[in-house]
Amino acid sequence: MSVTTLPSRGQALRQPGWLARLFDYKPFLIVMCLAPAVGLLLVFLTYPLGLGIWLAFTDTTIGQRGVYIGLENFQYLLKDPLWWNAVFYSIFYTAVATFGKFALGFWLALLLNNHFPFKSLIRAIVLLPWIVPTVLSALAFWWIYDPQFSIISYLLVDVLHLRDSNVDFLGSPWPARFSLIAANIWRGIPFVAISLLAGLQTISPSLYEAAMLDGATSWQRFRYITFPMMMPILAIVMTFSIIFTFTDFQLVYAITRGGPVNSTHLLATLAFQRGIAGGELGEGAAIAVSMIPFLVFATLFSYFGLARRKWQQGEAND
Amino acid sequence: MTDVAAQSSNVASATPDTMAWDSRARRVVMIYLPLACFILILLFPFYWMAITSFKPNAELLNYKEHNPFWITSPTLAHVKHLLFDTSYPRWLKTTMLVAIGSTFLSLFASTLAAYAIERLRFRGSPYVGLGIYLAYLVPPSILFIPLATVIVQFGLFDSPLALILVYPTFLVPFCTWLLIGYFKSIPYELEECALVDGATRLQILWRITLPLAVPGLISAGIFSFTLSWNEFIYALAFIQSGANKTVPVAILTELITGDVYQWGALMAGSLLGSLPVALFYSLFVDYYVSSLTGAVKE
Repeated sequence: MSVTTLPSRGQALRQPGWLARLFDYKPFLIVMCLAPAVGLLLVFLTYPLGLGIWLAFTDTTIGQRGVYIGLENFQYLLKDPLWWNAVFYSIFYTAVATFGKFALGFWLALLLNNHFPFKSLIRAIVLLPWIVPTVLSALAFWWIYDPQFSIISYLLVDVLHLRDSNVDFLGSPWPARFSLIAANIWRGIPFVAISLLAGLQTISPSLYEAAMLDGATSWQRFRYITFPMMMPILAIVMTFSIIFTFTDFQLVYAITRGGPVNSTHLLATLAFQRGIAGGELGEGAAIAVSMIPFLVFATLFSYFGLARRKWQQGEAND
Repeated sequence: MTDVAAQSSNVASATPDTMAWDSRARRVVMIYLPLACFILILLFPFYWMAITSFKPNAELLNYKEHNPFWITSPTLAHVKHLLFDTSYPRWLKTTMLVAIGSTFLSLFASTLAAYAIERLRFRGSPYVGLGIYLAYLVPPSILFIPLATVIVQFGLFDSPLALILVYPTFLVPFCTWLLIGYFKSIPYELEECALVDGATRLQILWRITLPLAVPGLISAGIFSFTLSWNEFIYALAFIQSGANKTVPVAILTELITGDVYQWGALMAGSLLGSLPVALFYSLFVDYYVSSLTGAVKE
């Protein structure tokens, strides 16, 4: 048998031309394999990121190359009440929505971690708000928040008789702010719940059994087993959630476009309004760049979450 | 009576199913009731979307005589208006093209990158992996303004090709990350055997690693498709002409005309625009959940 295989192997080794041999040369292969991904990311992510920071220091408008003007854009923003308003609402929106998403999402994850019929079907249904295009579900919310034909108003006024007049969801600043937060929480719950459910399923049941034998109550089991074991995954999911809630755009743009009287502008929608719709690319870029410090903060949070996880599980598991 | 029995069985043999729950009533209050509320609230907007799309206008705007939660005389008028009087089919086609194009591009790029990082093992490969992971943390909201100028420089403004090229910036990091995890789970010995037998690296990737990583590729593909279908801010900033818009942008900018909102048509558009991803999702639910949770666990 070895007699027959040897010559054919020899042929196989001789056959490949220079091209095939080039592709078997490891450094070349590594470069070729990384080129598409790294190329795309460099051209459409790293370069625009750098360009954005540069634009923030210029007075570029659409159709006109700008010149370097130093910190003028930022100085202008610092004196601009609309920018401060957007900073305030971005932080408020992120804080309240993240808290809501995690409180409700964690609760839903705990519920889904029980045994009940049609479990996989229910888990699939729960994810729906997250996979449907945000703008389209936002439109549904817009219709639900309609001043005249809101179904919530109908329930409160005509069915439950709790109120005399329709709720004005989007007409004045504070109700509009909370309406948007509610829509964001609605959209965010599934992601949080399913991610945390995955974490819950990795907790060994023997821990709970041991705690039960020691007489722990269900609250104690949650507080001293579930919560600490979920900390690392909670930190990661929360970082992602904070980053993407803080930089949210679609929901606000679809439902209020920043109104009424600019009270619901997030930094992203303000950047769009000034940068693309208003044509002041430099100023829009400056608004976008002003989001970066918050994002860096959130990323560091993620890094320490990950580091702690490694320490808990040991190096071997990585 | 059941309480006593449950308590005694709790002490004697604590099986995971029954150990926490003393009675059926408590189980209903603690699990089924909140779960039902969650599902009701999470699904209500979809129900409302669906029911609005098939209501005639008379019913839609008259809550006094018609129960808003139900339709008495369903109509396809809104759907018909959408499909024949607007460019909706065209928007659907563009969105499909963009989603499929960017999905394939990102799968191609991220498979090769994940293979290089995980299997070709060179000095600094963990750093390249970390760099790609960090790219995922850069949100589109801080990139769209400079990217718009880049797109104009490249002469791609108002072209779906711009979206196909730009979407991989948020798809590639996620897919690479997911595929690295999958490649890790494939025994390295298989590749060594093939190397000994004289296969080239590309043959190994094509014939051995990729067929074994099919579940990972499907997860990454579904995820990319959904994300590119749903993408909004780039499509809003880079596409100007009505004909080239994607569904989410077109519904918001083209269907809303004047002060009177055509809620029936708007909701029908939203429903139709959500259906492809919902269908796609229902076919691959398990892959989807595993990609979501796998990414978090990695």
